[in-house]
Amino acid sequence: MSNNHLRITNYGLLLAILTAFIFALSPQALALAQGPTPTDDEVNRIAKQLYCPVCESTPLDVCPTEACRQWRELIRTMLAEGKSEAEIKQYFVEHYGARVLAEPPNRLVTYLVPAVVILLGAFMLFRGFQMWLKPSITEADVKKSAKREAKPVQDPYIAKLEEELKNRK
Amino acid sequence: MIANFGYGVLFITFLVTLYSVFAAIYGDRRQVPALVESARRAMLLTWPLLTLTAGVLIYLLVNNHYEVQFVYEVTSRSMPTYLKITAWWGGQAGSLLFWSWLMSAFASLVTLRKWDRDREFLPWVIVVACITMAFFIGMNVFFENPFAQLYQTFDGVNAYTLKPADGILFTPQDGRGLNPLLRHPGMVIHPPMLYLGFVSFVIPYAFAIAALITGRTDDRWIRLTRRWTLWAWLFLSFGLVLGGRWAYDVLGWGGYWGWDPVEIAAFMPWLTGTAFLHSVMIQEKRGMLKHWNMLLVILTYDLVIFGTFLTRSGVLSSVHAFAQSAIGPLFFAFIGFTLITSVALIFYRWSSLKSETEMTSLLSREALFLLNNLLFMSILVVCFWGVIFPLISELFTGQKVTVGPPFYERATSPLFATLMMLMGVAPLSAWGHSTVKTLGRAIWKPILVALVVTAVLFATYTQKIGALIGFFLVALVILVTLYEYWRGAYARQRSQGENILSAFWNLTGRNRRRYGGYIIHISMMLMAIGILGIEIFQVETQGTVEQGESLSVSNYELRYKEIAQWDDLPSGVNYRRAVLEVYQDGEYLGQIAPRIDYYYDSQQNMTIPGQRSTLKDDLYVLLVDWEPATAAGATFKVFVNPLVNWLWLGSFLFLAGVIIAAWPEKEAERVAVKAKARVQQQTSAAD
Repeated sequence: MSNNHLRITNYGLLLAILTAFIFALSPQALALAQGPTPTDDEVNRIAKQLYCPVCESTPLDVCPTEACRQWRELIRTMLAEGKSEAEIKQYFVEHYGARVLAEPPNRLVTYLVPAVVILLGAFMLFRGFQMWLKPSITEADVKKSAKREAKPVQDPYIAKLEEELKNRK
Repeated sequence: MIANFGYGVLFITFLVTLYSVFAAIYGDRRQVPALVESARRAMLLTWPLLTLTAGVLIYLLVNNHYEVQFVYEVTSRSMPTYLKITAWWGGQAGSLLFWSWLMSAFASLVTLRKWDRDREFLPWVIVVACITMAFFIGMNVFFENPFAQLYQTFDGVNAYTLKPADGILFTPQDGRGLNPLLRHPGMVIHPPMLYLGFVSFVIPYAFAIAALITGRTDDRWIRLTRRWTLWAWLFLSFGLVLGGRWAYDVLGWGGYWGWDPVEIAAFMPWLTGTAFLHSVMIQEKRGMLKHWNMLLVILTYDLVIFGTFLTRSGVLSSVHAFAQSAIGPLFFAFIGFTLITSVALIFYRWSSLKSETEMTSLLSREALFLLNNLLFMSILVVCFWGVIFPLISELFTGQKVTVGPPFYERATSPLFATLMMLMGVAPLSAWGHSTVKTLGRAIWKPILVALVVTAVLFATYTQKIGALIGFFLVALVILVTLYEYWRGAYARQRSQGENILSAFWNLTGRNRRRYGGYIIHISMMLMAIGILGIEIFQVETQGTVEQGESLSVSNYELRYKEIAQWDDLPSGVNYRRAVLEVYQDGEYLGQIAPRIDYYYDSQQNMTIPGQRSTLKDDLYVLLVDWEPATAAGATFKVFVNPLVNWLWLGSFLFLAGVIIAAWPEKEAERVAVKAKARVQQQTSAAD
């Protein structure tokens, strides 16, 4: 293979990555890509973000059913008509409900609840640490520390043995 | 007739488990050891009984008894015998029976162990195991009878457990056949692995409950179940990996994990189980976190039931949930019952579960383990929320929504990254006390090397910030772990005069759990490389080409050479197989052949990818569409999945790591016995 060919593929690759990057950055940018017949990749880029309304939990771009193939063709037609990604998604939401979207439309609730629970957990752990690090001196603690002090008086051999026994299987 | 026999045995097994529960409770309360022994033997009986039941079911499956509804639904004449056998867990009724059968095997194993030192646990372990079994067998007996037969009545053909008065047995000519998705070898072993993991987590739970009830809340129950837990974890982990591999090979969407509710259902007990594996070490070493460990094992158990419930109840339909039935509310009630009772028991024993020592440093090993637990629980919270949110939304607003991969990926990736960070730091911190200084001294070298690795990757492989952070963490964890290994082996080499290889070997042998654990950490990092690769660098394209034309993706070129279609009548499958020539940067690499298999009996298509796998990347080609009549070319979808092979490689190392960690330590046992003998000598001398 000639070096030239290689360079062309490399440039092509670079261009593809750049284009992909631009698309990833701005959803509206798709309007730029309107050609006479949108390619499969352009269709899939949108289909990927939609869920098959019939077979749940299957993204539209990989769903093998006939219905999904027709929906992909619909996306192609809409792209050819110059519809934007947002418009196409909106169309599907209007016709088949919010569950065609990969994420619930109300993002705030979706993310807020687990975040609050996690922060609550972290807070409890933090309080736990504080309590452990500065234990208030109670009667039980005094007894415990007395016990701890008593330990070194023991015969070291017995202590080792105790340790071994504690670790028995 | 034979189906009725199977049902009869199943019903008797149900009664036996109930008897076992009552005999154990009564025997313990009234101090009648003979009754407890009778309960134990009754529990031992469940395994042969369920094996007999399963034998009957397999007989029916293999011999085309289509008058039995379950056989009709999951097999067909064209299926080979081995698939007819594995169809046992290919449908709802059968897989519930399979669950019970595995459970009974584990329960029997646990009953056969020596109980001398732990007599008081025995009745309660029996109670927990048998209540669980009774629940699952009850499901089969009353709701999902695998032996229900088809009868023709005035209302048409329906399945009945007992012959209706006006019914005539109805035998269809052929069965509907197993869902083709489930005919893959991966599917043959993935459910058993997962179920093994599920049921074996019942054992530590049973011991935990026994400890709570008897008030023997020291760490004995943890020591007794440590190895069980590891095996349970191994099965569950491997079940998950096999499921991923199956999805990759069969589902034809270029990935291995789609954050499907059913996948998550199996992942959730894994999360709590993994947290449990770590936090029990704190209890063993420092006598802390006793409440927490109890809670974790209870959560794991109930998530196991919840996982089975999600797959079986049809509450959440997904690719896996091939079942819809009325058993959902019962599962829900059972989970509620066990959860409330177990947590109530913790509160009842609250004071006896107090910690024996205090936390002394925020950077100590135990503090970092706690952070690890927090992270695992956080991932659990995200997963649980994602799974139930659609239900909540539908219940309260009537709006059906999907919670898909974007949510999980966004919410869990920072958590996973922090977990990796912790994996890098924790092995270097000490039990009891660590300071920034001691930790810093240990970690600066691995950090430096990991930074160099990242810089090299930046210059040669990728400039994506997410990927670089990921690779830095992977490098850090691997380096820290190897460094720890090397330090140990080097010390041994100097002190014992061993050569470095035998020093490594002996070091691992001396503390299998620790070094097995380190191997598991490394294996997780190899898997992380695969996950980073496919998540961040996956490239795909789709196009329709004529014969002789090419598709390009990344630096690959695929030339469509030919396509053929033929029937395999004995198996009832129609194959469409395309052949493409693969070139990389102009160099010919070989051929790749994606397929579409059409199953006549179930009228379903399977898209089998053509794969070319290397350590650098996988080329993954799907035949999307081809109509022989139109001759308009064929449509292919091509994925380039970089580094994904490391995921599977990592899983093999993982297997090795867990086996090392879980292998019985003979030596330690002997030392303990010797020590015990010495004490006895001493005490008798003192007398």
